Amino acid sequence: MSKLTHLQQLESDSIQIFREAVAESERPVMLYSVGKDSSVMLHLALKAFYPSPPPFPLLHVDTTWKFQAMYEFRDALVARHQLELLTYQNPDCIERGINPFDHGSAMHTDLWKTEGLKQALDLHGFDLAFGGARRDEEKSRAKERIFSIRSAQHRWDPKQQRPELWHLFNTRTRPGESVRVFPLSNWTELDVWQYIHLEEIPIVPLYLAAERPVVERDGTLIMVDDDRMPLAPGEVPELRSIRFRTLGCYPLTGAVESTAGTLEEIIQEMLLTTSSEREGRVIDHDASGSMEKKKQEGYF
Amino acid sequence: MAHAADDLVATDIGEYLRRHENKSMLRFITCGSVDDGKSTLIGRLLYDAKLVFADHLEALEADSKRIGTQGDELDFALLVDGLAAEREQGITIDVAYRFFTTERRKFIVADTPGHEQYTRNMVTGASTAELAVILVDARKGVVTQTRRHSFLVSLLGIRHVVVAVNKLDLVDYSEEVFAGIEADYRSFADLIGINDVTCIPISALNGDNVTTPSSRTPFYDGPTLLEHLEAVEVGDERDAGPLRLPVQWVNRPNLDFRGFSGQIAGGSVRPGDQVRIMPAGTETSISRIVTADGDLEEASSGQSVTVTLADEVDVSRGDVITHALASAPVGDQFECHLIWMGEEPMLPGRPYFLKIGTKTVGATVTHPKFKINVNTLEHEPAPTLGLNEIGVCNISTDRPISFDPYVENRDTGGFILIDRYTNATVGAGLISFELRRSQNVHWQTTLVDREARARLLGQQPRVVWFTGLSGAGKSTIASLVERRLFDQGFHTYLLDGDNLRHGLNRDVGFTSADRVENVRRAAEVARILVDAGIVVLASFISPFRAERRMARDLFEEGQFIEVHVDIPLAIAEGRDHKGLYAKARRGELTNFTGIDSPYESPEKPELHLDAATLSVEEAAASVVDYLLQPGILGATPGIESLWI
Repeated sequence: MSKLTHLQQLESDSIQIFREAVAESERPVMLYSVGKDSSVMLHLALKAFYPSPPPFPLLHVDTTWKFQAMYEFRDALVARHQLELLTYQNPDCIERGINPFDHGSAMHTDLWKTEGLKQALDLHGFDLAFGGARRDEEKSRAKERIFSIRSAQHRWDPKQQRPELWHLFNTRTRPGESVRVFPLSNWTELDVWQYIHLEEIPIVPLYLAAERPVVERDGTLIMVDDDRMPLAPGEVPELRSIRFRTLGCYPLTGAVESTAGTLEEIIQEMLLTTSSEREGRVIDHDASGSMEKKKQEGYF
Repeated sequence: MAHAADDLVATDIGEYLRRHENKSMLRFITCGSVDDGKSTLIGRLLYDAKLVFADHLEALEADSKRIGTQGDELDFALLVDGLAAEREQGITIDVAYRFFTTERRKFIVADTPGHEQYTRNMVTGASTAELAVILVDARKGVVTQTRRHSFLVSLLGIRHVVVAVNKLDLVDYSEEVFAGIEADYRSFADLIGINDVTCIPISALNGDNVTTPSSRTPFYDGPTLLEHLEAVEVGDERDAGPLRLPVQWVNRPNLDFRGFSGQIAGGSVRPGDQVRIMPAGTETSISRIVTADGDLEEASSGQSVTVTLADEVDVSRGDVITHALASAPVGDQFECHLIWMGEEPMLPGRPYFLKIGTKTVGATVTHPKFKINVNTLEHEPAPTLGLNEIGVCNISTDRPISFDPYVENRDTGGFILIDRYTNATVGAGLISFELRRSQNVHWQTTLVDREARARLLGQQPRVVWFTGLSGAGKSTIASLVERRLFDQGFHTYLLDGDNLRHGLNRDVGFTSADRVENVRRAAEVARILVDAGIVVLASFISPFRAERRMARDLFEEGQFIEVHVDIPLAIAEGRDHKGLYAKARRGELTNFTGIDSPYESPEKPELHLDAATLSVEEAAASVVDYLLQPGILGATPGIESLWI
């Protein structure tokens, strides 16, 4: 009898997590961010419940500042699989016109994403939310549980996390509490890319290199995705062959110059590169331990 | 970020991917304290495997200067320490999972601290590990902590141990020191039943024999740590065992499809296999093994599948699909090892939730037979178990569950205990074996499971307590009520005060103290019968409110139904079928209720019968009507589901 490959084991364990979470919750939801990890998570959800459709809706906590290509990809995917998609945009942010240019990346992210997520979960009364976070992303995540209990205020208390033995997950909550579930906990970035390659999972084309209009600011290449982007006097977007290693709000996501136009070429480039995936994210560059603080405040 | 040898990435990425997509996975745990250099070792593995990104390295260099313990050198420990608070304390206080990969294997490392108070974390990390790397400081040799870690590793069922004899640089790479530690460890490992032991002399700080062979240890010609981790065969005993498929989720997309989804926890399955659904024991066979990638001809342990069955049998979440000829045993009492993880001590007799596989039931734990001192491995008497203590206890579940001994299958033999109030995971248990009832009646009063018996009888046990003056008609009415209930299929028993006085209560007289004792005994007998699932009709004058209260308090809310058969003294005395009132009046009987001993009427009986105007038939009919209401003896909607 052949032992399972590492990807088969990861897949099977993630499916076990999905099923356990659904069987033991009242109103589950899957947080869908349109990125590659969300693509893998959705792919696993489709497998876990086949031939039934995933028995939960997708929730996209939108900031209105995502790349246009992400919205197109999302809508096409939802149509193809006939999924229920809920989108949520924090109404306070709409009213106050929160944007990364005038309010800074930290406030933009906090109000649109962290606050928006809490509002959306409360609005729909979800008691369990799947997220695509992985333990290899950041040091403080290495200790995150697969099933993580959040208080009624969505706070994460490192002292109140439950030990997880074998494949047994304790999902019990008190009224108001909810559970975040991370089916990709034990996947690494390389696992994710290999799985996308092996399973031919669709991803947003922005991950592949193409000629795109960019401006360079403080050494970071920012794509000019629409005309909301204020240009400095004399600043002219130029076409360069670029791609993205992570996707978020376009003004906050740095591109890398690349000619990797196929999946294999991306993986090749990633394996030969020397900087980690989250480097392009502005939010991690605060003081050491900042992710932990974000998590305690309710950021995923 | 690639592994060192990967020129292939640059030259033939397609071939590289094909190789990597076929590699296997190994989960291991590292045991040792901060002083043993455990974090340094993991940091070294990640660093040498070129898994550290440039930006992480920059942070590492900065942190090493700021809070490192290695002077100007890189402090690899900082690469793996996580939460800010513990980083400041300089110790890891939880289980952290690290990942690295080579061409042959992906590794998941459970990194747990070695301090005494963190048995909980090590047990958690060990529960999913297939191999353990135990660090030994070459200067200290096999110490108490080494033995503790090895015991836990063995207890949790890890069969492969690597002893990394670290800091060999500090003993001048001495062969003698290494050989001495190896001999010490092997003799200890034999004692606790660890058979597969590999000892490797290393220096995590300098990298000797971690990923590259060291020239400073000419006496050692075995593999480096990484080579060993890449090559070691960790065949899972579950693969060879019989089929165990705990049902997680019933998959019903439409009326034509009914599948049962779960991850195979043991053995393998093929379409056509005869299977048994446990704990019910229903036999059927597998029709299809359904996955999103198409039906399978065979599936084995570790795979998540959905199976359909040949027959429409009752299967729900929590059941286990097993091979028909090698089905899992079923039981409701076990001896187990219990590792306590709660801040509050374990409370013998308190109801906890027990989750095993995909099933959650109620459970109670007895006093520990003993606890195990993890340092000396000695058995010590203990009234309970506190945080991080390990004991051997008996456990009793409120429903039969399907299980395997932990040594045969970790997934079907391991369970967690959950506190019903805080919802915290407070204990981890490893089932040793099932206890047969006759072996343990002496220790477990919670053995008596009223609900299970009542379920078998298909009724809800009650006690209907008739109270009233002598001659009111209590016994006649109770007898008629019993006949009516019996005819309707209820299991009943009539406890009559006079009859009881011929046997059990023959030594009891009629003084007030004796009357109290009479009622106490009667109530205790009624309780035993209710425990047995019976509907009890109790007919006792029971003149005092306090004793009726005492009787009522023996039962759960709603189980005790007080019926006052109310009759004026004059009418009772006028009937006087037994001639007792006349005797009392003549002084031939003393302490006679109503004559020279008081009767305290019930204040709020469930049912009041006016025995002066109702015939006994009418009185009995009103009692039966009352009892057959839903929730008393009548069917309660949804009660079945409580028992499933």
